[in-house]
Amino acid sequence: MSTPTLTARPSRAAALDGLGRYVPIGATVALLALMYLGGLGNYRNFDNPQLIPDLFIGNAGLLIIGVGMTFVILSGGIDLSVGSVMAFSTMACAWLTVDAGVSAPLAVGLVLALGVVSGTLTGIVIHYFDVQPFIATLVGLFLYRGLTLQISAEDVSMRDVAFFDWGMTRVEFGGSPREGGFSLPYLSFLALAVVAIAFVVLHYTRFGRGVYAVGGNEQSALLMGLPVARTKVGVYAISGFCAALAGVVSAFYTKSADPLRGVGLELDAIAAVVIGGTLLTGGAGFVLGTVAGVMVMGLLSTIIAFQGNLNSWWAKIVVGVLLLAFILLQRVLARSGEKRRT
Amino acid sequence: MNTVLTRVRAAAGDGWASPYLKRLIWPLAVLVLLIVVNVAITGFDFLVPGVQDGRLNGAFVNILRRSAPLLVIALGMTLVIATKGIDLSVGAVYAIGAAIACQWISGPNENALGTVLIAVAAALAVAAVIGAWNGTMVAAFGIQPIVATLILMIAGRGIAQLITGGQIPDVNDTSPFVELGRGAILTIPVPIVIAAAVLAAFAVLTRRTALGLLLESVGGNPEASRLAGIRAKGITILVYLVCGLCAGLAGIIGAANLGSADANNGGLWIELDAILAVVIGGTALIGGRFFLLGTTIGVVIIGTLEVTIINVGLSSQWQFTAKAIVVLAVALLQSPEFRAFTLQPFRRRTPAAAVQEAAK
Amino acid sequence: MSTAPPGAPLVTMTGIVKDFTGVRALDGVDFTLRPGEIHAVMGENGAGKSTLIKVLTGVHGHDAGEILLDGRAVRFSGPKAAQAAGISTVYQEVNLAENLSVAENLLAGREPRLGPFIDFRAMRRRAEALLDDLGIELNVAAPLSAYSIAMQQLVAIARAVNIDAKVLILDEPTSSLDRDEVAVLLGLMRRLAAEKGTAMVFISHFLDQVYEICDRMTVLRNGRLVGEWATADLGESELIGHMLGREAATLEQIERAAAAHHVADEAPLVDAKGLGRKGSIAPFDLTVRRGEVVGLAGLLGSGRTETARLLAGADRADAGELDFEGARVGGHNPRTAAGRGIAFCPENRKTEGLVGELTVAENMILAMQASRGWVRSIPAAQRTRLVAEFIDKLGIRPADPDMPVKHLSGGNQQKVLLARWMLIEPKLLILDEPTRGIDVGAKADIQRLVAELSGGGMAVVFVSAELDEVTRLSDRIAVLRDRALIATLEAEADMTTERIVDTIVAGGER
Repeated sequence: MSTPTLTARPSRAAALDGLGRYVPIGATVALLALMYLGGLGNYRNFDNPQLIPDLFIGNAGLLIIGVGMTFVILSGGIDLSVGSVMAFSTMACAWLTVDAGVSAPLAVGLVLALGVVSGTLTGIVIHYFDVQPFIATLVGLFLYRGLTLQISAEDVSMRDVAFFDWGMTRVEFGGSPREGGFSLPYLSFLALAVVAIAFVVLHYTRFGRGVYAVGGNEQSALLMGLPVARTKVGVYAISGFCAALAGVVSAFYTKSADPLRGVGLELDAIAAVVIGGTLLTGGAGFVLGTVAGVMVMGLLSTIIAFQGNLNSWWAKIVVGVLLLAFILLQRVLARSGEKRRT
Repeated sequence: MNTVLTRVRAAAGDGWASPYLKRLIWPLAVLVLLIVVNVAITGFDFLVPGVQDGRLNGAFVNILRRSAPLLVIALGMTLVIATKGIDLSVGAVYAIGAAIACQWISGPNENALGTVLIAVAAALAVAAVIGAWNGTMVAAFGIQPIVATLILMIAGRGIAQLITGGQIPDVNDTSPFVELGRGAILTIPVPIVIAAAVLAAFAVLTRRTALGLLLESVGGNPEASRLAGIRAKGITILVYLVCGLCAGLAGIIGAANLGSADANNGGLWIELDAILAVVIGGTALIGGRFFLLGTTIGVVIIGTLEVTIINVGLSSQWQFTAKAIVVLAVALLQSPEFRAFTLQPFRRRTPAAAVQEAAK
Repeated sequence: MSTAPPGAPLVTMTGIVKDFTGVRALDGVDFTLRPGEIHAVMGENGAGKSTLIKVLTGVHGHDAGEILLDGRAVRFSGPKAAQAAGISTVYQEVNLAENLSVAENLLAGREPRLGPFIDFRAMRRRAEALLDDLGIELNVAAPLSAYSIAMQQLVAIARAVNIDAKVLILDEPTSSLDRDEVAVLLGLMRRLAAEKGTAMVFISHFLDQVYEICDRMTVLRNGRLVGEWATADLGESELIGHMLGREAATLEQIERAAAAHHVADEAPLVDAKGLGRKGSIAPFDLTVRRGEVVGLAGLLGSGRTETARLLAGADRADAGELDFEGARVGGHNPRTAAGRGIAFCPENRKTEGLVGELTVAENMILAMQASRGWVRSIPAAQRTRLVAEFIDKLGIRPADPDMPVKHLSGGNQQKVLLARWMLIEPKLLILDEPTRGIDVGAKADIQRLVAELSGGGMAVVFVSAELDEVTRLSDRIAVLRDRALIATLEAEADMTTERIVDTIVAGGER
């Protein structure tokens, strides 16, 4: 018995649907290029080779947190606790090394482990008790800020702990800045390594693809027999780890712990992820987009600094406008996708 | 027929209130417990107000006075949550409202009543426009509430700073504006009067008209409401508008109390406290039934909690930890999965035991 | 494949009972599946088909009875456990991740790997080979969302096939496929049965497909087993008779007022000309007069619900015109419809009809309040009086206006929904399966009420899966099949279940 063969190619409109995934991230990259060229045209010294690398120094913590947030948002969740967890990690590093006399590497290890455990517990509450991510991570936001303040309500210096000098040890590329080269400290490499690992995990492992599947449609993922529980708990564990690591990086960067550091950082991270083209409802986006999103926010501050007469609040307003633009863009793409299929 | 009628009447008498009372019992019990703890430590002075300089004074009155802005916002939030929504931008709108009012008043005319009235009206108008914008994003463009209001949560403080030019505008103590925060009417502090008026207005608005019923219907089952012919879009926009208005009003009260507007820190995290108060008060985050009185109790619990922590001798930093515990407890208590999980090994267990379990 | 001896059943379900709070969804159902056979499970909405499937795959636990797979008693914790044991399901709504590529969807959870990393090249090759084997050619690297729902359905089946399924459950897989795609799917099913000995459970409301492909049928009605037949032994009209059933004996005869005939000459209240909606119901003509009950009869998926929803304004029509009281209806939606006097009780009480958390009284006054706007609240006294009146008139039990409506039984919930619309005194009442899943007493109450209302001059459109009910109540019957209105029966002599069944069967042979 011969059976007919059915051939289907994505129609032209449908092929666009496939490309639609790249529209938001394309817009982000274009925006980034536009901002850089605009800066070059308007300001002297904008061509300083250290300008771009500097974005990866001051924003290393945000980048790491953004990577963790990308996992969570791709899976369809949200994590409000990252800013507080970061502040707590820095403070815990300071307290363990300065006051408790724990060796620095051990302190860092403990802090990172705590980040993972805390994220895992949050994930368990979200998945097994079906508590909304917004509320479950709100607990972390309050709890870790409170614990941080209880350790110390004032800045704690880690200047005397030699271990924390490591992070800002610079590596030069192409000679010194004066000769047209640039330099990056170790902590930037740490951030870039996190991005690289996240990229590989998201795109080349079962867990990573599971994150996309769960974010696309949790019910379907369950019926496909994918490990939904492991995936959902996993993304919060990753986010907890990233927030703790960002706290360690912050300890490297400033060698001090400020109990109020990172207030509102969760919003910056969410904004960077969304501006990077990731759908806030989950299932679509790229971790490299988040890198672009963080760079947009960093470059924005740089331009405002160069302009001199602009004030820092313009950064917030512009970020809000960009958010609006990207959310509307995603909405339009989603709607046209729905229309085509019915 | 007659028997049914009498039964309906009887139900209307006691039955109407009972489901509401049932939901209020737990928050009320927590509040009473907190008050008892405070009274035990500081004596009855905690509860009993005195009169000083023509206005009521005392620990509890001060709690109410300081909670007034939060209450105003939380009431608006209650309506938004009833429609299955959420408004994250209220903190930023608080800052904007405060900024507009202070910036407008601060200057040579700051003692003129007219200036103050115009400033307040302008602040409220802008807050209402922002609220309507949020509502339009949610109802007309179909964007998730948490996403739609996130935009202004981030941009809003920038706008507030833009208005104040990055400064912290002061209003002189002689201006009638500060009366909104520090004055008293018949010895009752003005913020309490305003908050009570808002509560009363909301009660009338939702329970005397059909707004409350239609809100609960839209939040409880949007599709059934559509098929019943309810104009859900207009109602949703109205609710966000009202919530924005409340946030602006709260900002004005807060600024009047301080005599200044801090665009960066004014109303910081008030959206989280407001959501917390609504949830403590028994309104579920998934929408439907809402409890204005419950929200009120929730606000007072939060305010009393902060004072209690100091009174029992803990550092003020503990308030964050305490709030975290409260959020976790409430979230877990509302989770059917969690209740099933805890009831499993014991079969029968009192809710009180579950509260303790959750708090641990 | 199967370890069972040839001919021995692969799956045996005996005496399955499943209760959902207060409702018995399955009542002692038996089901047997043999290796290599294609077995149809037939029945109307609420007959228990999907509950039976969900019990088998562990989505629901059962309250009594036994499931044997290969002779061993099993009880799965969920779809994943069932899959591991060789039972895969393909659902009506495609349950795949649209945002991932075709290849990823085919192999998700089983991707070929190099160390911990997915080997995308090997995955593509394997996916292409898999589809090729099934006679489908797609670009496996494209995202699934780039393909039509039909192709997505085939991908879902290919995925299930790949998981070495001994038992493949296909729950309405063809409802969104066109003729060629159906041919591919049916060819695929035959090959799987013949070559791999896969046993298949096939659920479909397309009778011709069922007759073309299935070896045996099991018919369910109202949660009970009607019987099991070899396809060759059961004619189409017999099958429809078994599915739609008869419960006439338990219901009293309804005295119909002859109001319809008085107004028969009048201009129609509702006049639909070429009204239709792509993908849901082909354009149809239908008139309804005052005091008339028009029944919509047809099998599940025939388009009866879709017709009702278009008339009610619940869905937007994309073709044709609708006249109401002689005037063209523009901007038809539930709100404007209610304003015109068109009331609609949707098929699914829980998700589309009632607001479960609100009380009986609140649910009742919802439509009336919506039409007044939120500012003009119904005065408490009037509200109390109206609610009491309708609780009394419709015999709603318990007669407590303040009880959350979710605690009421199905029949009483339906009465609350009816009361909601009776309060606005509509000219046209559209009822979509108002008697589904409710007890016999409430059923009789609702039928009596419909007769009474039409006697009072109201026009009624009545949708029901039970032909007895339709014939007893209707003045005219519109018969639907395969998403089209195929005939309107008007003569007194045509108001019989046999005539409707014949019309449906004949409609399939056109």
